[in-house]
Amino acid sequence: MKDTEGYVTADGRQIGGTLMEMRNITLRFGGVVAIQDISFDIREGEVRAIIGPNGAGKSSMLNVISGFYTPSEGEVWYQGTKRPPMKPFEVARQGVARTFQNIALFEGMTVLDNVMTGRLTHMNAGVVSQALWWGKARDEEMENREKVERVIDFLEIQNIRKTPVGRLPYGLKKRVELARALAAEPSLLLLDEPMAGMNVEEKEDMSRFILDVNDEFGTTICLIEHDMGVVMDLSDRVVVMDYGKKIGDGTPDEVRNNQNVIDAYLGVPH
Amino acid sequence: MLNDIFIAPFVDMVEAPDFLMQVLWEGLVSGILYALIALGFVLIFRSSRIFNFAQGIMVVFAALTLVGLFAMGVPAWISVGLTLGVMFVLAVLIERVVLRPLVGQPDIILFMATIGITLFLIGFGETIFGGENKVMITEELGIPTGDTVLEPFGGLLILQHLDITVVIVATLLVLALLAFLNYTQMGRAIRALGDDHQAALSVGISLQTIWVLVWFIAGIIALVTGIAWGARAGVSFALEVIAYKALPVLMLGGLESITGAIVGGLMIGILEKLFEIYWGQPLLGGNTETWFAFVLALIVLLFRPQGLFGERIIERV
Repeated sequence: MKDTEGYVTADGRQIGGTLMEMRNITLRFGGVVAIQDISFDIREGEVRAIIGPNGAGKSSMLNVISGFYTPSEGEVWYQGTKRPPMKPFEVARQGVARTFQNIALFEGMTVLDNVMTGRLTHMNAGVVSQALWWGKARDEEMENREKVERVIDFLEIQNIRKTPVGRLPYGLKKRVELARALAAEPSLLLLDEPMAGMNVEEKEDMSRFILDVNDEFGTTICLIEHDMGVVMDLSDRVVVMDYGKKIGDGTPDEVRNNQNVIDAYLGVPH
Repeated sequence: MLNDIFIAPFVDMVEAPDFLMQVLWEGLVSGILYALIALGFVLIFRSSRIFNFAQGIMVVFAALTLVGLFAMGVPAWISVGLTLGVMFVLAVLIERVVLRPLVGQPDIILFMATIGITLFLIGFGETIFGGENKVMITEELGIPTGDTVLEPFGGLLILQHLDITVVIVATLLVLALLAFLNYTQMGRAIRALGDDHQAALSVGISLQTIWVLVWFIAGIIALVTGIAWGARAGVSFALEVIAYKALPVLMLGGLESITGAIVGGLMIGILEKLFEIYWGQPLLGGNTETWFAFVLALIVLLFRPQGLFGERIIERV
């Protein structure tokens, strides 16, 4: 680990040491280079954003972090150790929870059941004990239920607990997806365009929830967004990507004044 | 003629209520077995979108293994335990050798793969246990063989103890499965997997574990049905047909629906018995049980293509 000191944010929150570090990540699909030699870190307790124009490679980066893609080159360091190539479910079990850009929920199941699946990573009782609804499995189910109810309260979705997810409007689905990720009590929460397709009011709600999550539970959050305004208000530090390369990294103010970033977003005369 | 179809059967039913009860009871016994088998199909389909053609041969294979082990001198109940072990190994092998390399392939390819499993199990089963008919070790397993005679309405109702045992065991198994699917995390994982693979991975569900689990459950179901059906009809490769009886059940109930499998199974079991006794035998010369369920399913499908309980198909144009 390079730095365990941390820093203090503009609004006075203490940020901890490095939680995850991407070292020289390159990702190729055949001849296409989606990510080119990118390094950055995510520190404990911060809200870290990855921004960039369409096709910059943001989602690919998130997929590398969550194990859906294996990087062609480079190393992922998590909690002070180098992470071997892993399947997504193994990464999830290490405490990395995520949401998806196009919402991936279990449409046929109720909101409550969906959020309960978020607790799967905390399941220790064996199959037999579960089948017989015995001892450990039973206690675990009770405990899981309590934690899930707390998350549901927190995100203000009590009134739709028993509704099948397929019937919910888009904005609420996004919130249920967040609830499922939160139920896992993740050490790192990845949000893939949490505000995409939302109206102004829904965006405000979602921003508030993201900040509250970070505040209440101290959860480290890494999010992707292309709405610059929202990102600048939410995040402590921002990585800017363009055409698979990193073109900026720093606090929102630093990034906003970075000439490369301005060029990428506004275009440069050639 | 119309009298024979629309009036006479019902008059018979009312005039001999004890006989009607006998028919309903026998329908219930086969119905609950159909329901159990259909449940095996539904579980595998929901968690992997695979229509498991091999379910039928798994029934035969389980029954053959049980009888075969006993013939080698293993005590009856230990044979049951060992057979469960064999079914577990089979589930692991199917996941490793067949399903894992085919992940992400179109459904039809996976379906073909289950036909492959079927053919393999037929050959393998014959090589090891031989092709001749065998007798299920009913008594050795402590399943009672006598019968109880009741006299409702001053008539006669014979309940075979074997049938009573089958109904009790199958009902318990169905209830246990329902509870497992609805109230445990593993059960939730099974249901979740069928809905969205990507989301399932992101909450830490391992495809492999769940697949082994559902195929093992299908194996347990196969063993129970194998014992129950084998006790009535003997253990042979013909047992396979009981699984095909589950097909109309699935058409009726919808491949997705657990309630559908149970209700559909009971419905078909009872209706086919009623039809056979009151319409089939007097009017059509009998043996209607072999086709009745399929015709019924066909008629239902004409009006409800998604089955009675399947999710409604809405196409956006």
